Amino acid sequence: MYNKTMIITGLVIFVLMVTFPVWYNGLDAGPLPKPELPPGGEKECVASAAFMRDKHMQLLNEWRDDVLRNSDRVTVTVGGKEYRKGLQLACMECHSNKEKFCDSCHDYAAVTPTCWDCHLTPTEAASKKEAH
Amino acid sequence: MKYAYSFLAVIALILIAWLGSQIPGMQYFFGVAVPYLAIMVFLGGFVYRVVYWAKSPVPFSIQTSCGQAKSLDFIKPNRLECPTTNAEVVARMALEVLTFRSLFRNTKSEIYDGPKITYESSKWLWLFGLMFHYSFLIIVIRHLRLFLNPVPEAIAWLDWADSMFEIGTPAMYMTDAGLLIGLLFLFTRRLFNRQVRFLSLLNDYFPLVLLFAIGVTGVLMRMFLRDGVDINAIKQLAVGLATFSPVISTDIGAIFYIHLFLVCILLIYFPFSKLMHLAGVFLSPTRNMRNNSREVRHINPWNPDIKPHSYAGYEDEFREYMVEAGIPVEKEPTPQKDEA
Amino acid sequence: MAVAKLEQLSQSVVQGPSLATGAIPTKDWMDIPVVFKPGNYAFPAKKDKVEYLNSQSGLHFPNARDWSPEDDDWQLPENWKEIIINGLRERLEKFRSLKIFMDCCVRCGACADKCHFFLGTGDPKNMPVLRAELLRSVYRNDFTLAGKVLGRLAGAREVTPEVIKEWFMYSYQCTECRRCSAFCPYGIDTAEVTIVIRELLHLLGIGINWILEPVSNSNRTGNHMGLQPHTFKDNVEFLADDIENLTGVRINPTFNRKGAEVLFITPSADVFAEPGLYTAMGYLILFEHIGLDYTWSTYASEGGNFGLFTNNESMKKLNAKMYAEAKRLGVKWILGGECGHMWRVVHQYMDTMNGPADFLEVPKSPITGTVFHNAASTKMTHISEFTADLFKHNKIKVDKSRNDYLNVTFHDSCNPARAMGLLEEPRYVLKHVVNNYHEMPENTIREQTFCCGSGTGLNTDEIMELRMRSGLPRANAVKYVEEKHGVNMLSCVCAIDRATLTSLMSYWNPNVGVCGISELVGNAIVLDGENRAELDEGLRTLL
Repeated sequence: MYNKTMIITGLVIFVLMVTFPVWYNGLDAGPLPKPELPPGGEKECVASAAFMRDKHMQLLNEWRDDVLRNSDRVTVTVGGKEYRKGLQLACMECHSNKEKFCDSCHDYAAVTPTCWDCHLTPTEAASKKEAH
Repeated sequence: MKYAYSFLAVIALILIAWLGSQIPGMQYFFGVAVPYLAIMVFLGGFVYRVVYWAKSPVPFSIQTSCGQAKSLDFIKPNRLECPTTNAEVVARMALEVLTFRSLFRNTKSEIYDGPKITYESSKWLWLFGLMFHYSFLIIVIRHLRLFLNPVPEAIAWLDWADSMFEIGTPAMYMTDAGLLIGLLFLFTRRLFNRQVRFLSLLNDYFPLVLLFAIGVTGVLMRMFLRDGVDINAIKQLAVGLATFSPVISTDIGAIFYIHLFLVCILLIYFPFSKLMHLAGVFLSPTRNMRNNSREVRHINPWNPDIKPHSYAGYEDEFREYMVEAGIPVEKEPTPQKDEA
Repeated sequence: MAVAKLEQLSQSVVQGPSLATGAIPTKDWMDIPVVFKPGNYAFPAKKDKVEYLNSQSGLHFPNARDWSPEDDDWQLPENWKEIIINGLRERLEKFRSLKIFMDCCVRCGACADKCHFFLGTGDPKNMPVLRAELLRSVYRNDFTLAGKVLGRLAGAREVTPEVIKEWFMYSYQCTECRRCSAFCPYGIDTAEVTIVIRELLHLLGIGINWILEPVSNSNRTGNHMGLQPHTFKDNVEFLADDIENLTGVRINPTFNRKGAEVLFITPSADVFAEPGLYTAMGYLILFEHIGLDYTWSTYASEGGNFGLFTNNESMKKLNAKMYAEAKRLGVKWILGGECGHMWRVVHQYMDTMNGPADFLEVPKSPITGTVFHNAASTKMTHISEFTADLFKHNKIKVDKSRNDYLNVTFHDSCNPARAMGLLEEPRYVLKHVVNNYHEMPENTIREQTFCCGSGTGLNTDEIMELRMRSGLPRANAVKYVEEKHGVNMLSCVCAIDRATLTSLMSYWNPNVGVCGISELVGNAIVLDGENRAELDEGLRTLL
């Protein structure tokens, strides 16, 4: 007894599962994220673009710990420019559009940072002000 | 020594990927050529091995019954351990594959003065084995977020659930810990359990060390060595591979190439090794057959044509005695003695 | 062969240098050669037995010769290596189980301390996984890419005469009881492996006499004791005489009777030696009591099938007599006596090999009308199923107190337990015939039952120490209930058990006897018109 049908079915399912990304994407790599550069045209940041791409989450985490847990609000000076440690106070000053900047990459990589559990996006902040 | 060789082999593989990926132009070799080769060898080898098995028939119904069979109405059968219907077999197999039922039975024997032998329940292997396998499965599924664009809700949810304790940045995955702890247990067990140590082969240590290295490089890449680990560039490459348009847009850190290379080695090694138990567990005749071999005839395709020593031959040899003893015979004896 | 004194062996199994108790051999297992010495091997098959079998149609037993395992040169045929590799290739193509079991083992070691041979001898090559590695290493070398490329690094090795010797040693230190397979996460069954190793060895003319002589006897005389028809009949009639002496009831069994409703087949040991004789008396009494229309056969006078321990061709050839005789006699169905491996063959092989038995009817108890649907195709029913059904319908008149001189436990025989799932039927019967009953510890019964230590044709006296060692786990469990509950009778449904457990008990637990379930049934039955004296030891009482 060979159980041919069962085995072939099993193998087909297995191969389909392993190659699932091929079928799902349909040979289309889809749009790449294009994070919006600061609308204000700022060119300087607290660190290089490469550093920020790799490690911005760790930098933000350090800042959070410094400010909220250690009350260390000493500012950071880079290239003669002074930055306060804070997502909204520093980053969002230039990268003012969360949806077009943060989300574009996070959505692509399916990353769900917890920043916005507490922080308000600039748009939310604006609408809140109006309400007051 | 065998475990030492495994370490050496994995260290050599790491060096190859590390140094190799630093040579200009070799990123395409490690990032594109090797992965394509690996997945082809994996799929081709996997299918080849299963087809190789399937070409041989299951000539006899050799299920291992681990419970009461279905017999008389008033005797309660154990449908899961001694299945008689296809549905029951599916249930038994599901228990076996999803919960490692047989390993759960494990006992540990000790011999004391007397002599006295004891059998204690011993579930460690089951527990850590299960932990390792489920962690590995979830990790594999989780990695789909790098291959699928857009990422399905379910995978994003799995990613979130796996890192829900938010330890470290980026948040640590529980399954990473599960995988590494499981592997550590399986490895130290091979070293310290006297029986397993004696019977372990290089083939047993190597995959453990390889998987451990894969896990460690993965954790390092996510948590500690983030230089050059731009997740979008990596995803661009992964999706590119899956859509046959691979692109390596920026310099990706060596740690990524090491991780990827080790995974490719695992894929290539897989079909030629004991790791094929992934497929074999479904095909084991002692588990996937119905215990109804007296109720339904099982067919053997090569059943040889063999006849018993015939009754006629038997009677010819013993006819005199049979008649004398009053045992009925087919042919009455001839006056002369019959030579059979 | 002199057997070690109880005290010596008791110390040796606990303290002797063995992997089971703590010592790790310093060498790799591939570098430890086997050493044959008197007492650690069963005698090789006699040349004339091998030649006889080779002359039978459908069987292949080449290279008959006189040899001894202690010889340096085993006189292997010139092309022995080719024979082995081709033989292995052929079997890989025939048995999917072999391919899977060769490829899938992860050497987790869950099986290691499940084997009674390992527990009793501590020999690492008796761990089921390593026993299988003996063949697997050769398989890797000649049939897998990794083995061909990496050789010993991948656990591969070439087959050499030393490997053949090792195969002989350890495939005959496995009783194919399948306990390991119940614990294996992939269901790897060492029996499948040792069956193949034994088949391969037979291709080189290597086998043991205790198996091949019974095979040739069964072929020629119908039973492995070699009882000729008149002797077989005499033996059964002696038992009828004994019953008459004990109960005053005369039973007249019939032989080779055409037109009987049922053909009854049991292991021939039951009509040959104690304590099986009492089990056979039990059958006679039971069938008389219920008025069963049945016949014995002298042609198919063997339930057991030592072909299972030899190769599948012999198994088929011996087994074929059952259906052939049932057809010749024109019976409706077959009733099988208490036997372990016989029932593995009947349950898992018979219909496939020699069916379909469409000349028979689905077994139906003429007493209760119960149809045995679980035997709808094979048309053969187990005596315990048959008897349990009789008790369920109150068709047997018993006086349980007649077994009160006993305190009984039940040994699940390997094959009915793990190759059939016959666990409750014997217990159901026991419940109706004994008052004093105690189970052994749970890890030693039912699907986890331990072998008697001498199955698969290893019940030969020249390896007595080995048998006492491998039977230790079973004996130890019996000792536990003996000490705790005062058990003095070990009941079972297997003829090999009845013979071998008797030796095992007299060695480890001398106050415990061994019996078949049907003996207890027979002893408890109140026969019509009986004139039975007070029998202190039941059917065993000497008047």
